[in-house]
Amino acid sequence: MSEVSIQQGRPISKQSQQLLEARKNKQWRTTLTGIGFMLPFLIVYAIFVIWPIIQGFRMSFFNWTLGGGGATAFLGLANYQELLGDPAFWSSLWVTIIFTLISTPLLVLIALGLALLVNRAIPAQGLFRTIFFAPFILPVSVVALIWSWLYQPGFGLINGTLTALGLQEVPWLSQPNTAMIAIIILTVWWTVGYNFVLYLAGMQQISREVLEAAQIDGAGGWSRIRWVTLPLLNRFTVMIIILQVIASLQLFTQTYLLTSGGPNYSTRSIIQYIYDSGFTSFRMGFASAMSYIFFALILVVSLAQFGLLTRQRRDA
Amino acid sequence: MATSSIAHADTRTGRTSQWRRKLPHWLAFALLVILALIWLVPLFWALDTALKPEGETTTVPISWVPSHFTLDAFISTLSTSNIPRWYWNSTLTSALISLLTILLASMAAFALSRIPFRGRNVLFWIILAGLMVPGQILIVPLFYQMQALGLVDTYWAIILPQITSPVAVFIFKQYFDGLPAELEESAFLDGASRLRVYWQIWMPLAKPAIAAVGIFTFVISWNNFVLPFIMITGNNMMTLPVGLATVQTSFGIRYAQIMATAILGGLPVLAVFLFFQRQIVEGIAGTGLKG
Repeated sequence: MSEVSIQQGRPISKQSQQLLEARKNKQWRTTLTGIGFMLPFLIVYAIFVIWPIIQGFRMSFFNWTLGGGGATAFLGLANYQELLGDPAFWSSLWVTIIFTLISTPLLVLIALGLALLVNRAIPAQGLFRTIFFAPFILPVSVVALIWSWLYQPGFGLINGTLTALGLQEVPWLSQPNTAMIAIIILTVWWTVGYNFVLYLAGMQQISREVLEAAQIDGAGGWSRIRWVTLPLLNRFTVMIIILQVIASLQLFTQTYLLTSGGPNYSTRSIIQYIYDSGFTSFRMGFASAMSYIFFALILVVSLAQFGLLTRQRRDA
Repeated sequence: MATSSIAHADTRTGRTSQWRRKLPHWLAFALLVILALIWLVPLFWALDTALKPEGETTTVPISWVPSHFTLDAFISTLSTSNIPRWYWNSTLTSALISLLTILLASMAAFALSRIPFRGRNVLFWIILAGLMVPGQILIVPLFYQMQALGLVDTYWAIILPQITSPVAVFIFKQYFDGLPAELEESAFLDGASRLRVYWQIWMPLAKPAIAAVGIFTFVISWNNFVLPFIMITGNNMMTLPVGLATVQTSFGIRYAQIMATAILGGLPVLAVFLFFQRQIVEGIAGTGLKG
């Protein structure tokens, strides 16, 4: 209000000037308190998130080695150029993309199917929810230990069961194609519970009246799902796909522990190649350049997906 | 409800038609039971293996029932491996990470929600932008930085990068935004400082948010593999998931022991999950859908 009085060109009395001063002072103090409360978070955030982002970008233009050396030579774009001509980079990118393209539909559809089966008037609903979600809560190394045991040739549970049924053994972890399938099966078992829980939450938001109205109109179980539940879940499905694609692109720990990226690099994802370059070959500049290309890829994919999402919301 | 409307239309064949109508329902339920069993088999097989005598784990044809069940594998695992130490490392770091996350995030969220200072929207967006950065791309510069700070192979290298969670700030801010401002007005009239208002009024009210953030942070940091895997080299400093990744090689082909290790490694989080199931599931549903 004091600003208004200035604009109107009225003479400012000494009293109102003091008032203005006091208000300005108070605003300053408020700002200082506000920043003070945020400071602990901001300092740690600046040192351990923002600075590494900047530092990584800087590293990507240098020949930067692990150990005391640090930056030994400025390379300009040479790391990036080398990457684009590096077959190992392209093959790890391909592995990541193949994994994402196969795992995403599986992880979305199976989650949807399980949620449809559980979200009905059935006994022990809570128990089923627990069973499908529980693997997600396990640390990756526990999951890898259990599945590398399941996938053993001969006496492993899966191959042992196959031979007991008179079927052929599958060389799960020792051949490129089956190793990728083995990783995907493990990933579905381990992480589908997350999407499943998201879908269940979505289904619980659909009001009972809508479904009952459809039933009174003569819609059977399947057509209720097809024409009422699924369309109402559309928003959730888009959200789940976006989250899943971003998660799948970051494939690393389960392949690293189960197959170490093998056999013959057939399951080496891009993050593992970043890890290998940085911590096995000690080429931190090269690894940083790859991190940034990967970051750009994730950014483009998620922005594109969010673009689709907002357009869809607008249309709806 | 639905049955009553149809029941009077057809009383004579009511029983059979009801059966026919219920059949898909029961088939779906049977399918669900089968799927649930498939989901449980890996865990049961791991437990079964861990309870077998070491000599009977690799029999062909495979068998679920050994000559006798024994706890030998668990006992020798606990006495020969470093698991107790890894439990301690994981518990300590995860607890500290949870505490510090709650503290830093709630303070930041308090400022963003209740103190009308200039530039807070910009700060909020900078924090939220951190969600776009996948943590795994930072491993290389982060390691270099920890090396420069002399923190490699210490608890701090695991703790410090994990205590600034944008999601936690978001959750606290949502919570504080939803509370009426009148709650603090009388305290201000009594001359209380912002710090006291934060600590004595808002934090006690934020118990549900504290619980949600605390449980989540604990489980996520307990399960974090990549960061401690890179930062920690000494066996005594390893967290449980990192230590577990080394047993495959050190136990060789003693599968009963390996599975006993896996089960001991999974038990703490499974226990936390079963205990806090509602909060965890609701939290995922809440944050996942808001995102």
